[in-house]
Amino acid sequence: MSWHVFDTWIVVIAALTAAACALPGTFLVLRRMSMMGDAISHAVLPGIAAAFLLAGTRTSPLLFLFAAVAGVLTALASDWISRIGGVERGAAMGVVFTTLFAIGLLMIVRAADHVDLDPSCVLFGAIELAPLDMYEWAGVTAPRAAWVGAAALVGNALLLGLFYKEMRLAAFDPGLAETLGFSPGRMHFLLMVMVAVTTVAAFEAVGSIMVIAMLVVPPATTLLLTRRLWVALVVAPALGILSALLGHLGALWIPHSFGLPPTSSSGMMAACTGLLFTLAWLFGPAGLSGMRRKRQPMTPEA
Amino acid sequence: MWSHDPQVSAGELSLLWEVLTLRTHNTRLVVLATSLLGAASGVVGSFLLLRKRALMGDALAHATLPGLGIAFGVMTYFGMNARSLPGLLSGAVVTGVLGLLLMLAITRTTRLGDDVAMAIVLSVFFGFGVAVMGVVKALPGAAAAGLDAFLYGRPASMLAGDLVWIGGGAALVLVAVFLLFKELAALCFDEAFLEAQGFSSWWMDVVLLALVALVTVIGLQAVGLVLVIAYLIIPAAAARFWTQSLPRMTLVAAAVGAASGWAGATASALLPRMPAGAVIVLVASGFFAVSLLMAPARGLLPRLWRARVLRQRVRHQHVLRAVYEILEQAVRKDGPAQGVANRSCSFADLLVKRSWTPRQLRRILAREAGQGHLQRRSGGEVRLSEAGFGEAARVTRNHRLWEAYLVTHADIAPSHVDRDADMVEHILDAEMVARLEETLRAGQAWVPLPPSPHPMGPADRDRRDKDS
Repeated sequence: MSWHVFDTWIVVIAALTAAACALPGTFLVLRRMSMMGDAISHAVLPGIAAAFLLAGTRTSPLLFLFAAVAGVLTALASDWISRIGGVERGAAMGVVFTTLFAIGLLMIVRAADHVDLDPSCVLFGAIELAPLDMYEWAGVTAPRAAWVGAAALVGNALLLGLFYKEMRLAAFDPGLAETLGFSPGRMHFLLMVMVAVTTVAAFEAVGSIMVIAMLVVPPATTLLLTRRLWVALVVAPALGILSALLGHLGALWIPHSFGLPPTSSSGMMAACTGLLFTLAWLFGPAGLSGMRRKRQPMTPEA
Repeated sequence: MWSHDPQVSAGELSLLWEVLTLRTHNTRLVVLATSLLGAASGVVGSFLLLRKRALMGDALAHATLPGLGIAFGVMTYFGMNARSLPGLLSGAVVTGVLGLLLMLAITRTTRLGDDVAMAIVLSVFFGFGVAVMGVVKALPGAAAAGLDAFLYGRPASMLAGDLVWIGGGAALVLVAVFLLFKELAALCFDEAFLEAQGFSSWWMDVVLLALVALVTVIGLQAVGLVLVIAYLIIPAAAARFWTQSLPRMTLVAAAVGAASGWAGATASALLPRMPAGAVIVLVASGFFAVSLLMAPARGLLPRLWRARVLRQRVRHQHVLRAVYEILEQAVRKDGPAQGVANRSCSFADLLVKRSWTPRQLRRILAREAGQGHLQRRSGGEVRLSEAGFGEAARVTRNHRLWEAYLVTHADIAPSHVDRDADMVEHILDAEMVARLEETLRAGQAWVPLPPSPHPMGPADRDRRDKDS
């Protein structure tokens, strides 16, 4: 097993992406909408396929735009179906994202003659290839995926900095938010847009599975460790970064010890978030060992 | 062969005939398998939906991936046929069930919700599965081709032996649901009752999710890991719109699932480049969209239509009662000797009777005139027709009956009774009116058309709902 500059870049890309995901992810978990990340990351397939058919390349900004639109549409359509049709929210999400995924799959298969787009690369990503695509900006040369991840991280951090109070209120007490004049609906929409854009920015590099893992698992882990929102917003990205590093090491080292070539890094990173969660679950203050203490509902303590 | 050359046109008709009548062996196999699977997943999905865990199937389906990979690796290592379906599926069952138990354990032992537990199991297991797949595909002697079929579904690669598995699994699921119908229903609607009957809701949850696991695993081969989720959710969600009864809902869901499977597999056999899994899901979504819009019980359009019909009925009753009350007041001014006679009344008088805008009132009057209940005369005068006058008297009488009932039997103050009566009178049917008359007659409050228990006049007009 050997470490190249490539491996450093892979870890950097994954770490930036993980940190960017953990910020909106914390609010998804608090608002009990964790599966939205899953729905969105499946549902962007037709957007990607359409942009790919139009532009013909995998790096067009159209791809990003269409995918983000498909993601926001998924969130809105699920809301609409569950409200108008009286369908349970999870089921509405399931209907919307499986339908969109099927449409995307159909588009790709129908156009398979002149298109080289494998749905697998949406699901699993191609983080191993990401460092090949370098991009120079302000005198710094870094992989394009690292720039995208950094932009997503900075964007999310700025938005949360601006709307911290409103987001917190909307997450814990939508009724109070409404009375105080912040529309919880608007905060919900902002969160959905953040999740959709982050998901799209991330899955290009790391694949949708790692996106779901990074959106939900580090924040869930953090909420087993702390009850303070701002602490959670610091710890969750840190856990994501740790999983990225551990995951890549695992992907190189575990197969190596059996004499096999490295396996999927993003898969291993997702597995590592799970490992950290299990540790927090077993030994954390709110986990199994803390069970003897009275279980309390989540409350906002800033 | 399953997929055929699109150029063939001479044999097209006979091919169509063969596919539709299931003559071709392979088509028969695939259509049968997907329909069976659709029926079974529709039934199980109904319970999953009512238990508010529709996305559990999603998490479970993703959790089967490491099992598939490990089974593949183990079978390759021991030099067996690594693509034997029973072997792969047992691996899938093991990790799928493990994922389920973890999900239930996370929700029961932490303060995290159902949704988080699902998302964690889904992403971590799937990520681990992807990593395992990466390892086992690199094993010496591994024939990994075809493992992708589990992700997107490739029913064309089904063998007769697979049908036995799918058919057997579906039959097992249907029998289990039939036997445990009452318990599963109680789990969905009244957990406390189930516990009181001596069942453990934890174990019933496990049973339900085990059935889901079974459907998911047999569905992997037919429609693929991603789209088997749709099979579990969409038919059940569509069926929910058609009925309020659980047995009927499961039947409708089974029918929708089977029909989607049949139509999707057939379309995919007839047309080139139509992946069966995707087509099946889209057919099911079509059923869902139609149900969402049209289903008589809970569909959107019938609901809007019913609301519109009720609104019109309410307006109709309001305007007729308003005219009648104006006529009644005119009588009172002229002296008690005369009964209420049908005369014309002015638009302005009507307008102050309720909080309707001139435009609304004009529209309502136009509608009533169209139905022959009244005539509009020059100068904004309105006069009831013979039929309209009778109807107005009847409507006013119903309203007064309610008011009298509420005052004498429900202790509502005469000053408030107008509003309360207003809210319920529009849903009165003939039987209810008869019962009201009965009750009031017994309480001596009876008069053919009782006088209003509260003062009348513009000041006392309805202060509530403008429109209804």
